[in-house]
Amino acid sequence: MGYHLAKALLKSEHEVFIIERSSLKSETIREELGSLVIVGDGCEEAVLKEAGTSRADVFIAATGADEDNLVACQIAKHRFQVPRTISIINNPNNEKLFVELGIDVCVSSTDIILSHIEEELPAHSLIHFMAIRGSNREVVGIRIPPDAAVVGRVLGDVPIPEDSLISFILKKDGTLMVPDSEAVLGSGDEVVAITTADGEEALREALTGAA
Amino acid sequence: MGCGRVGSTIATALWKEGHQVVVLDANPESLRRLPTELQKEAIVGDGTLEEHLRNGGIENTDAFVAVSTGDTANILAGQMAKHVFQVPKVVCRIDDTARYEIYTELGLTAVSSTQMVSDLISQAVYS
Repeated sequence: MGYHLAKALLKSEHEVFIIERSSLKSETIREELGSLVIVGDGCEEAVLKEAGTSRADVFIAATGADEDNLVACQIAKHRFQVPRTISIINNPNNEKLFVELGIDVCVSSTDIILSHIEEELPAHSLIHFMAIRGSNREVVGIRIPPDAAVVGRVLGDVPIPEDSLISFILKKDGTLMVPDSEAVLGSGDEVVAITTADGEEALREALTGAA
Repeated sequence: MGCGRVGSTIATALWKEGHQVVVLDANPESLRRLPTELQKEAIVGDGTLEEHLRNGGIENTDAFVAVSTGDTANILAGQMAKHVFQVPKVVCRIDDTARYEIYTELGLTAVSSTQMVSDLISQAVYS
């Protein structure tokens, strides 16, 4: 993942430096991207120092092991004062702890893949688009099924739970609709809303519950 | 967490003192180092996973010791025990001396076997 990330960042004209444990992989990186890689364990202070971590604006840990990503980010932050540390999280349960431990941004690969898969499943009713950092809120999309009680009714008549806010409605025909109380809901419309982990089930029920 | 030579020695000593000890190790073979009574209570699992720690009874424990040979796994498990489960006493083995210093500064109680063995050998040389 780190290699493809580096390639994308280079393309958008960022200065990138890579730490890679495997000498075989780093040889490939060197051949393809040039001399911007050192071989070593990114969880070791000496390796981070050699890589010039103290000059970095952003440090990204993208290994497949959460414990290594955590330690690399913590050392980058506390020894080299990197202003922004980003960790890939393989086990979504670790996100809360990593944030508490001072990692600035956590990107959960499992959650991202899951949301894409949810989107492709024909019978889905709720998709998690993203979590809003620094709050317990999330952006979700809810598709209204044909048998829902709300089909043909106006939004003002739908009991939206208190902790949820409807942001916009993507009509089945692809047009965007502002969610005022007069907006009529139809089968196949996608309602995009901000809600909480606790509130999402009530919101889903309000919009998709059968007549 | 971790049932190598260090983990099994600590677990056995604590158990002999009368403490209730649950040992967690990813490799079932490692648990053979324990006395049979402790093997019965031991759990095969990954100490960096919340659910495995929960299975081991971490929510009611007085102390958590992470002494696997993986520094970063010990550091993650130790911080999880401290911050997620609020275990009153957490001790981590961190062999890399630079990392040992960093995490000691960050408030984790750590022991570096590299540092300790080096110190003892130096002392022996000079004595």
